[in-house]
Amino acid sequence: MKRELPQDPMMRELVQMARKHQMSRRAALAGFGGTAAALTLASCTSAEEGLTPATDVSDSEPVIVWHNWPAYMDEDDDGNYPTLERFQAESGISVDYRIEIDDNDTWYAKVKDQLELGQDIGADVACPTGWMASRLQNLGYLQTYDNANMPNKVANIAPGYLGSADDPDRIYSVPWQGGFAGIGYNKAAYKEATGKDAPGSMADLWAAELKGRVGLLSEMRDTVGLVLMSQGIDITSTSSLTEDAFMAALDAIKEQIDSGQIYNVRGNSYLDDLSTGNIIAATAWSGDITIINYESGTDDDPEPFGFIFPESGATLWADVFVTPMGATHKANVEKLINYYYDPMNAAELALWVNYITPVVGAQEAAAEMDPELAEDQLIFPNADTLAKSKAFRSLTGQEEQRFASAWQNLLLGA
Amino acid sequence: MAFVALGGNAPAKAQTPTKTGRVALYLLLPGLFYLGLFFLTPLFSLILTSLKAPSPSGEIGRYEVAAEFGNYLYAVGQYLPQIIRSFGFALLATIIALAISYPIAYFIAVKARNKPLLKGLLLTLVIAPFFISMLLRTFAWKQIFSNDSWVVNTLKDIGIFGSDSYIIGTNFAVIFGLVYNFIPFMTLPIFSSLDRLDLRLVEAGGDLYANPFTTFRKITFPLSLPGVISGTLLTFIPISGDYVVASRDFLGGPDTAMIGNVVEANFLRIQDYPTASALSVLLMAAIVVLVSIYVRRSGTEDLL
Repeated sequence: MKRELPQDPMMRELVQMARKHQMSRRAALAGFGGTAAALTLASCTSAEEGLTPATDVSDSEPVIVWHNWPAYMDEDDDGNYPTLERFQAESGISVDYRIEIDDNDTWYAKVKDQLELGQDIGADVACPTGWMASRLQNLGYLQTYDNANMPNKVANIAPGYLGSADDPDRIYSVPWQGGFAGIGYNKAAYKEATGKDAPGSMADLWAAELKGRVGLLSEMRDTVGLVLMSQGIDITSTSSLTEDAFMAALDAIKEQIDSGQIYNVRGNSYLDDLSTGNIIAATAWSGDITIINYESGTDDDPEPFGFIFPESGATLWADVFVTPMGATHKANVEKLINYYYDPMNAAELALWVNYITPVVGAQEAAAEMDPELAEDQLIFPNADTLAKSKAFRSLTGQEEQRFASAWQNLLLGA
Repeated sequence: MAFVALGGNAPAKAQTPTKTGRVALYLLLPGLFYLGLFFLTPLFSLILTSLKAPSPSGEIGRYEVAAEFGNYLYAVGQYLPQIIRSFGFALLATIIALAISYPIAYFIAVKARNKPLLKGLLLTLVIAPFFISMLLRTFAWKQIFSNDSWVVNTLKDIGIFGSDSYIIGTNFAVIFGLVYNFIPFMTLPIFSSLDRLDLRLVEAGGDLYANPFTTFRKITFPLSLPGVISGTLLTFIPISGDYVVASRDFLGGPDTAMIGNVVEANFLRIQDYPTASALSVLLMAAIVVLVSIYVRRSGTEDLL
């Protein structure tokens, strides 16, 4: 009559402990005490000893739970995900795809306690942004993927994603989709307000004609990164992007907020501000602009919104697959990653979500499906476009705490 | 206790209160257990967290147990304007809500006393907003006040607003949202006080040559005071800690942040748990102090 033990290591330990003490009243109490002691111990020792991956039960359980951001999966009119359904049919693995991540910081706040104890966070794979993945990797929260199980990834990953100091072979985190942050604007309203066709630099956002009609992204690395670049700082370099430089950029932003130039600083909801006309221009994510054009475009005016790189350059980011220590279906996840690194699948996905695919060969595959979109620099950037974009350098724990505090305090007006 | 003193067989009777005392104690146990588990434990944990110091590893969000009272100084030094703003907004919103709610409550409880249909209808109207989620209602105001809305456009057309003025993100929008959300909490307690008002007393005031204002000042208002006190408390306390309305995703902007928003940012965005906890403790302490002064001043300690 014994039931199978749960896979989550902490739960398994607790169940075993409970079984050891058969349930007489006294033993139950002792077990309770022991459990509390085990919990305390677990929380104390895990950090020093380091976490170990949970036992992989992929062979007996063909399932994956996947946490991802909104609007990040191709979707047909009935709300199905065609590429994902094909994967399930081909592999026999059923995928529970959940839109759980709305913001890196709040997602981390939600799962950090389980991560710290090596417990299951309820997902076998999640796709936070690269800098968050680095943090998880440095804290020892992530399992490593086996390249041998992902031949497509080895063959097709864009070389730009390899060779970083943290993870040169991309075994802790594998890129899912990437994108740019630049300036998004309402074409008609911008022309009416300024008389110009399009903004060209970050300084154009501070123009007096746009007072109170400018939005900023609350994602620190994108907004502050764009301002830093406009001040001539190389955001990839430790020697150029110093704490002083960062704080100077914050001062520049504060000046614009205090003067009433900035309407608001928001996360994903900046898109509502842009599409309802609350703001005329904003720091924006590339794929979003394609999506609101799709939603609010008419036959006369198919693209009412535009996206440009400021002349000083755009920021580049990537969201990545990671599998936490407590996840028990890593081998299934490797199959999933391998599937999405097939250029045909990657192309189909990229043409829907409109973000940058990390898969070499996807552009050629996309050219057969939709030649026009395959030329879109925001989805399939060429070397010139990529040269104009930079990724925010990785921050140490202390730097991150100071930078993030200063940024949040600025947003709180403190 | 009274009849213990009465009888000659006092020792026998004396057992009765002890027994009921014990039963009452047993009946209290679930409540005490609840209080211990869901109030004292979190409070203890909150105070403990508020004294933690960053761990030497320097990783974000890692803290260890310490007695770092400097967290409180930092929290006050860094966020004093937000703390003052929270109580300022709460005070202003409470006063405005009182000014709006009292006449409503008076009308429903006194003027509509003999018209059950009208009274029921009006009460339903006061409660009706509760049928829709507060978040949705606040979002609706965000739409109504957005830059391209008819409200803003009309204000611009009639020249009250300049071309670059807006409503969302201003102090006005936040206080408006707070008042709007808390009016039912103010109206209902005042209503229940006024509903019991004996109109013969008002009549007597008139008979004794008090003018209507004096009658209101000397009779109606004092008798409704318990409702006013509980209404203002039910409004002031939650508003001081509100973080939805003033959030940048709703009616707030970069310079309208209240303590709730500061706590949220410190807790969820920068994982600065000690500062967030210190602010929560301070907020709680400040409210307790303010409320006890208020209740003492208004002479209704028995309400607490």
